[in-house]
Amino acid sequence: MIERKTFGRTAFLTINLIVLGLLAFSCLYPLWYTLCVSLSDKLAAEGGLVTFYPIGINADSYHLIMGDSQFWVSFGISVRRVLYGTVWTMVVCIMMAYPLSKTSKEYKPRNVLMWILVFCMLFNGGTIPWFITVKNYGLIDTMAALVFSGSVPVFNVLLLMNFFRNLPKDLEEAATVDGAGPWRILWQIVVPCSLPVIATVVLFVSVGYWNEYFQGLVLMNKEVHYPLQTYIRQISVQIPVGVTLTTEQYQQLAKNSNRALESAKVFISMVPMLVVYPFLQKYFVNGITLGAVKE
Amino acid sequence: MENVRKKKSLPVGLHYTIMLLPGYIWLILFSIVPMVGIVMAFQNYIPTKGWFGSPWVGFKWFEYLWKLGDAKRALSNTLIIAVSKVILNIIIPMAFALMLNEVKQMKFKKTVQTIVYLPHFISWVILANIISSMLGAKGIYNLVRTSLGMQQFLPMGDPNGFQGLLIGTDVWKEFGYNAVIYLAALTGISPSLYEAAAIDGAGRWKQTLHVTIPGLIPTVVLLSTLAMGNVLNAGFDQVFNMYNQLVISTADIIDTYVYRIGITNMQFSLGTAAGLFKSVVSLILVVTSYSLAYKFADYSIF
Repeated sequence: MIERKTFGRTAFLTINLIVLGLLAFSCLYPLWYTLCVSLSDKLAAEGGLVTFYPIGINADSYHLIMGDSQFWVSFGISVRRVLYGTVWTMVVCIMMAYPLSKTSKEYKPRNVLMWILVFCMLFNGGTIPWFITVKNYGLIDTMAALVFSGSVPVFNVLLLMNFFRNLPKDLEEAATVDGAGPWRILWQIVVPCSLPVIATVVLFVSVGYWNEYFQGLVLMNKEVHYPLQTYIRQISVQIPVGVTLTTEQYQQLAKNSNRALESAKVFISMVPMLVVYPFLQKYFVNGITLGAVKE
Repeated sequence: MENVRKKKSLPVGLHYTIMLLPGYIWLILFSIVPMVGIVMAFQNYIPTKGWFGSPWVGFKWFEYLWKLGDAKRALSNTLIIAVSKVILNIIIPMAFALMLNEVKQMKFKKTVQTIVYLPHFISWVILANIISSMLGAKGIYNLVRTSLGMQQFLPMGDPNGFQGLLIGTDVWKEFGYNAVIYLAALTGISPSLYEAAAIDGAGRWKQTLHVTIPGLIPTVVLLSTLAMGNVLNAGFDQVFNMYNQLVISTADIIDTYVYRIGITNMQFSLGTAAGLFKSVVSLILVVTSYSLAYKFADYSIF
């Protein structure tokens, strides 16, 4: 771009930088605030004195969490769910995306199957029939419910499919000539050539499993089966919807609250995300643009 | 070549079908079977009798919903919240992308970009917890208010401002992520257009007005069209984790309503009917918007 330096321009650029800086601050501050409350003295946290730094800094809340077995049970469930769920989903989605990336000339049922898939993305039976279905399968209180009940993430299959479709055709042709069958072509040629989009989908899928709380809430009857996000939903003192509390009951709830401890739990539940995020964020930008802007 | 083909025992198409099998079984079990459950909306569903044995009642539940004040309230709240979100989630990310595009300091630009994507990846369970902690009686918001000599105020318990709070926090969570597509469109605008405009005497502001904005219009039109499918989607996860009894009059949306009547109160048929209403209207809207996008912007999802 070509520009002239004027006073107005400089003023604009300065204000621009300040506004952008504030926006970035607004995205980071809530996390920082949570960390500060979690590291603060219990009384300072309850008194609402925390601003930009911990008051009476200590790790008591984190010591308390160490001895909280339910927290770690839920944490473990979430970790296992992400591992099982991501591996299963990636294998299945890649195996779906590859045949669907062929034209209907190369694979006859392709278009019909495609329409079924897209229909399932745009329409669903609703929460209640889904709940009754999963219940009738006998999956209540099982890990299988947490891995499978979300069904196929169709959008991710479409992302993979669009990427596979744009790979150069010569690669596959050369492999066919050399005697490779469809399975070898998929795992030894298509997949290694598609690592950017696969990284994006791994990010979407694993974050999706990690953040999912609703299935845990309605499909798990006992707290010992809750994944971490569902567990976190239960810890904060909140006025339940549909119940009117008396003033005494509310005061009792407030008395039992421990903001520092709650904040520590919330913060720990974000740690895996904060650790993985910087490594993966460079991929997803390509990922979404690939899905949205096509040749 | 002929030799190689003959060596295979199975035709390629059959291999493809085998590859698709696990995925489609998964789809049938957890997407298609639940669709059969839609019959509950037209039945007086009795769990022991199941989907095939419960008595049929026609459109009774829909007529009943139509008369319920709560259902109407949920519908109007849904429309207000969802439409505001749709509009602001198009405009604000665009403004943000344009502002970011003006920044010449690459390090600063990258840092800002990395930070603003972050809230998108944090769940509403966590964010609702943080927001209510910050805006609550012991939070930073009321600390600032009291130190400025103002009365304590609890936005999470105020029905008048709660919709604004929902919309604002949603736009805050997603603006960075939603800006990605605009930033991609901005890099697609040819530098020669700017050079030509500059030669014609256009200053920076004029260049933005006559080159950048027109360059973004196709993206805006496409996103607006596709967003049409979301006008009944007020964001269940957000509302469900943020609302409470005090703000239910303005915060209750179709999805939270379905949850309460269906899962909490176990009125399975009524809940299915309310959910079906939303699914069908959404499907019609999505199909309309996708076909418009296909016709005018040549956009297709597959």
